[in-house]
Amino acid sequence: MTSPLNSDDVTRRDFLETVAKTGGQSFLFGSLFVNTSLLRLPQDAAQANAKAKAETEAGKGIIYGFVVDTTKCIGCGSCVRACRVENAVPDGYNRTWVEQYTFYPDGEVVVNSPVGGENGFAEPGPTRNMPAGLEAVQPVRGFFVPKLCNHCIDTPCIQVCPVGASFKTDEGVVLVDHESCVGCAYCVQACPFGSRYLNPDTMTADKCTWCHHRITKGMLPACVVSCPAEARIFGNVSDPTSTISQILSTNRVQVLKSYLGTRPRTRYIGLDSEVI
Amino acid sequence: MHHYITEGYVLPNQAHIYWTTMIVLYPYITGIVAGAFIISSLHHVFDKDELKPVSRFAMVMAFAFLLFATLPLLNHLGHPERALNIMFTPNVTSAMAGFGFIYSTYLFILAVEIWLVYRTDIVHLYNETKYPALKPVYWLLALGVLDISEEAKAVDHKVMVFLASIGIPAACGLHGYVGFIFGAIKANPWWASPLMPVIFLLSAIVSGVAMVLVCYIIIQWINGREIDGPCTNALIETAWYFLIIDVTLELLELINHAYMANEDWVILKELVTTKLFFSMFIVQILLGSVIPFLAMGAVVVFKQRIAPGVRNVIGVVCGVLLLAQVAAMRWNVVMGGQMFSKSLRGFLNFQIDIGGREGLLAGIFILCLPFVVIFVFSRLLPLWGDVSTFPAAWMKEKEQVRRPLKGWSKFSS
Repeated sequence: MTSPLNSDDVTRRDFLETVAKTGGQSFLFGSLFVNTSLLRLPQDAAQANAKAKAETEAGKGIIYGFVVDTTKCIGCGSCVRACRVENAVPDGYNRTWVEQYTFYPDGEVVVNSPVGGENGFAEPGPTRNMPAGLEAVQPVRGFFVPKLCNHCIDTPCIQVCPVGASFKTDEGVVLVDHESCVGCAYCVQACPFGSRYLNPDTMTADKCTWCHHRITKGMLPACVVSCPAEARIFGNVSDPTSTISQILSTNRVQVLKSYLGTRPRTRYIGLDSEVI
Repeated sequence: MHHYITEGYVLPNQAHIYWTTMIVLYPYITGIVAGAFIISSLHHVFDKDELKPVSRFAMVMAFAFLLFATLPLLNHLGHPERALNIMFTPNVTSAMAGFGFIYSTYLFILAVEIWLVYRTDIVHLYNETKYPALKPVYWLLALGVLDISEEAKAVDHKVMVFLASIGIPAACGLHGYVGFIFGAIKANPWWASPLMPVIFLLSAIVSGVAMVLVCYIIIQWINGREIDGPCTNALIETAWYFLIIDVTLELLELINHAYMANEDWVILKELVTTKLFFSMFIVQILLGSVIPFLAMGAVVVFKQRIAPGVRNVIGVVCGVLLLAQVAAMRWNVVMGGQMFSKSLRGFLNFQIDIGGREGLLAGIFILCLPFVVIFVFSRLLPLWGDVSTFPAAWMKEKEQVRRPLKGWSKFSS
């Protein structure tokens, strides 16, 4: 698989080109919708990759973590597109996706994620269909929530796999061995977050790997590199000097469906109670 | 896998349904195994003599269905060629990893038990069959053990009773396990319940007893044989008792969901009142539970005062309704649990395929296979009693019957 993201030397120029090609309209809209007055461009991706590489090479004791800052996501869908290309994700399935939450004056919440948010979100939330003669209701607020595998510490998908094809690496990454997966889809049922699917090409369970093939070479996951808003932060949580550790130590974070006790390693900043 | 039409917000990977007809069929088949085995054991272990006329048939039925219990699973797997990995590299934390061991243990117990029950008859038929070509078949079926002395029969019986008694927990284990597969999935609020294994087990017994009841009456009708009154009554009674406990627990489960009204109840309520309304309230509860409860209840209460003809019709009709009830229950659990998204905000409009690998026709085909086995079995060995019930036309003329070996030795000594 060749991808402009699949190399160490992604430059600011490459990045801006990618965004210009893919983000466009939703990028502009998103900045209004998310109500961020200043859109921060990411650090130089090459620099970030270099830091990750240094950490990987430093070797032992790496525990990866992922932080999603929902207050920064602009719903451009770059991450979803990058993931699809990087991991050859079949159409109709998603290793990562972006949800749009729209709140209406009467308290109703509408959630949508057309094609997993891959093409961005063109409008400021779906306008509610009203009976004839009544004016359409405009939303009062909204935000985007990127989702991906939570790489849970006590993960039910590994627990239920009958043949041990689902496993966790020492660095805390949950993976599937496609050579031994029998394709029973029990893990798909057991995942509370809808992160897994049965890949129709391989007929085995598939999911976000945090781009394991990249991170083991010291690169960042494709979705992290492609995010123009720094809404996705990935790194070594066992290193107190890493960016992710600093973010985790200075923010209040939450996880999805904490009541299920799966202890996700993917954590969220600014998670609304409506997000399930 | 289809991409189904959705309503509301469905998580992207859940616009597909991963478990369909085959996973509905699998617990249905193992359920019939469990129920039929219980009927057979009620006679063999608990000496419930009324059930003697169907005890062998029930055992053969359990065996025939068990032979095909894995077929829906193999047909469903993405990589059926790796199926044995479940036994070669089992993951100890997975409930599903227990399947291979539970299944093969139970299959072994059942096979040995049937062999012990039938061994004397196999030897008789080996000696007395009219068709020489079948002789080696009977020899093979007897595994070459042709000793039918009283001592040997006594040993057979002892071992058989022992196996039947461990067969009961094994049957319960096999089916309780199936319920556990669903009940232990905390990700799915429609499945997650400690009641699930119990409900699966009880509905399994209901379906197995119903299948024996329906087949018994219909086969007797077809062959113009008399339908045994006490036996039919006992089958109806057994089905009725288990139905009561089963439906009580099923309703308890639903009422519990409604009364607790957790965050998931909003979507579960919509699920049962819209997507599952017909299969749950009409088929499972009204047609499949209330009607059999009343009609079979009448047979149980007014035993002697109901004409045998009426009783038999009630038996068949209610038996079919019970089979539909259990099929609907499997459908409602397996498919119902996948018709709503884990976002708890959207539904899928699932439509069953007719053709295709996991379609309705494939399901019906698989469901027919055990009956083919039962038919072939009935040509080789008696289904409804000992060898004396076998058609005389298939045996040698009486005069040609060789004396038993033991008789010869007595005579010569």
